[in-house]
Amino acid sequence: MIQFILTVFFLIATTANAASDPPDDMAERVKSCTICHGESDRAEQHVYYPRIGGKPVGYLYNQLRNFRDGRRHYQPMAILLENMPDDYLMDIARYFSTQSLPKYQPERHSLQPDERELAEMMIFSGDSDRDIPACSDCHGRALMGKSPFIPGLLGLPRAYLSAQFGSWRNGGLVRGQVSDCMSKIAEKLTDREIIAIAKWLSIQEVSGNPEPAGSLSPALAQRCSSIVEVEISS
Amino acid sequence: MNDFTALTGRLEELAAHLVAGAALLFLATDAAAYGNSDDPFYRAGLDSQQQRGAYLTRAGNCMGCHTARGGQPFAGGRRLTTAFGVFVTPNITPDEETGIGNWTEADFWHALHEGKSPDGQLLYPAFPYTEYTKVTRQDANAIFAYLQSLPAIRQTNPPHAIRFPYNFRPLLHIWRALHFTPGEYVPDSSKTTQWNRGAYLVQGLGHCNACHTNRSLLGGADNELAGGQIMGMNWYAPSLTSHLEAGSSDWTIDEIVALLSIGITDRAVASGPMATIIRQSLQHLSEEDLRAMAVYLQSISDSKSDYAAASAAPAPISAYSSLVHGEQLYQTYCQDCHGVSGKGVPGVYPPLAGNRSVVMASPLNTIRSILEGGYPATTKGNPRPYGMPPFQQILHDYEIANLVSYIRNAWGNSADRVTVYDVEQSRRIGVE
Repeated sequence: MIQFILTVFFLIATTANAASDPPDDMAERVKSCTICHGESDRAEQHVYYPRIGGKPVGYLYNQLRNFRDGRRHYQPMAILLENMPDDYLMDIARYFSTQSLPKYQPERHSLQPDERELAEMMIFSGDSDRDIPACSDCHGRALMGKSPFIPGLLGLPRAYLSAQFGSWRNGGLVRGQVSDCMSKIAEKLTDREIIAIAKWLSIQEVSGNPEPAGSLSPALAQRCSSIVEVEISS
Repeated sequence: MNDFTALTGRLEELAAHLVAGAALLFLATDAAAYGNSDDPFYRAGLDSQQQRGAYLTRAGNCMGCHTARGGQPFAGGRRLTTAFGVFVTPNITPDEETGIGNWTEADFWHALHEGKSPDGQLLYPAFPYTEYTKVTRQDANAIFAYLQSLPAIRQTNPPHAIRFPYNFRPLLHIWRALHFTPGEYVPDSSKTTQWNRGAYLVQGLGHCNACHTNRSLLGGADNELAGGQIMGMNWYAPSLTSHLEAGSSDWTIDEIVALLSIGITDRAVASGPMATIIRQSLQHLSEEDLRAMAVYLQSISDSKSDYAAASAAPAPISAYSSLVHGEQLYQTYCQDCHGVSGKGVPGVYPPLAGNRSVVMASPLNTIRSILEGGYPATTKGNPRPYGMPPFQQILHDYEIANLVSYIRNAWGNSADRVTVYDVEQSRRIGVE
């Protein structure tokens, strides 16, 4: 019995000694991410970096692989992810998808009434004459995305949103995913529409969650099939 | 039978479950990360020569260069930026039109051993035949057999974009006269079989000298494994022969093997291109081969006793405002992980105190690590590595200069301070 007590004592003592070791968890392992993308309780440090907390897991996983494999161009991310295998990227995607939303201070941009009207029309109705679906058709009624592949659009700075539109127009933000999805839509949007949409989105408060899986209409799932082909293991 | 016995019984049972569970978990993770269906090295139906070839192909890391970022394995298309222009690696799958499907075993041998293509054209030494020439005919044949077993991929890659006058191939005759001696590895009979195996792998297939050497203006590698800046990559491949850099005379064989197979040890971490080499190639080598390489590497390094004690004293922190500033930056950004006294956390965050890659003459790798951050190699022994955040978007060049100067002179470290110019130069990275 004394032996047992001693063993327990030593176990506790060892654990106490090891307290200075970093925690063996994902939060510690993704410090390289959170330095730019912010932790959930910290405001972002730079207007360009998008929030990643609370975005759908499949979207995050796809983007991580796209950065690593050169399909989405951003060299700092490519270098950071150079040595990461798919299953580690999936762990990271899953971690951030379950994080609560970071505090987002809506940006302050003034919208003229006609600008607001234009933005809201494109976001919630689209323009069927030009084959432009409403943003909300894919990105959800609350614009918080649809699980598991479609990202939310709120809580993102205008600079980031504008840059993404620009990249989609210039040959596709993600090479190999240009079929008839975002790059085609971005090509059809006018500069005025893009400015209005980016402003409108960046001044909203953020709340809610991505809509559940399966809520994407079959027609749109077909249209954007290049982004919905990844198997998500639970 | 008392409560205690019952308890230990339960504990043992629990432990057995945990071990079994952990083993299963490891297998599952392992399969997903390293043996998935896309992995070209674990295909069913390979004969024994092809299997040996697959192993040797990994040891030579052929796939590392002959695969574009995110591209099909071995189909080429990777761009290698050098001082002489951009080389685009060829398709080495057995496609007859765009790959090497029409090659014979002898053709492959000529390429590897003599640096000549089947039509007699001289190959550019971006293909490291200066090292591969040491590979035996038997091993070359096995590699060829494996490459020919791969699925043929039809992929035409863009031509090289080599600058004048280097694009004039006949000049290679001169280059070869100066820098290339064809010849298989000749065992040194005064050494052990193990040492010779290590030398064969390091000098030949491993082509360590392709990076760990200083190149002349014409790209000749003159000083075997003595370290140098990697062409086109702007990383410094440290000397493997000097104890001041990455020479391993005072390392144990186990420690060298651990660094090569796990990617991190208590006192060092492989970063930048070396992390990639470990992930792609070295971690997959057999324990026996890794030990042989370690024995050889340990033997070629000089040791402290070969030199008089280093005389340079560390720069006193308080004497320089740049170092005082560097210390403040360290406390703000680095100390959380690397510790108050720069000791790091063994196997997790590398120490900076006494770390040779921090104090070696070239500050390039330290600066690059701070600019870009990165994760060590993901390996079987370190499946979920901890990472280093990038700071290029947070710190100015002068801050990075002060920070690096500080860590090169804190906690008993002693090295030249670095300048803003060094940091600016380090930002000029080879873009793939």
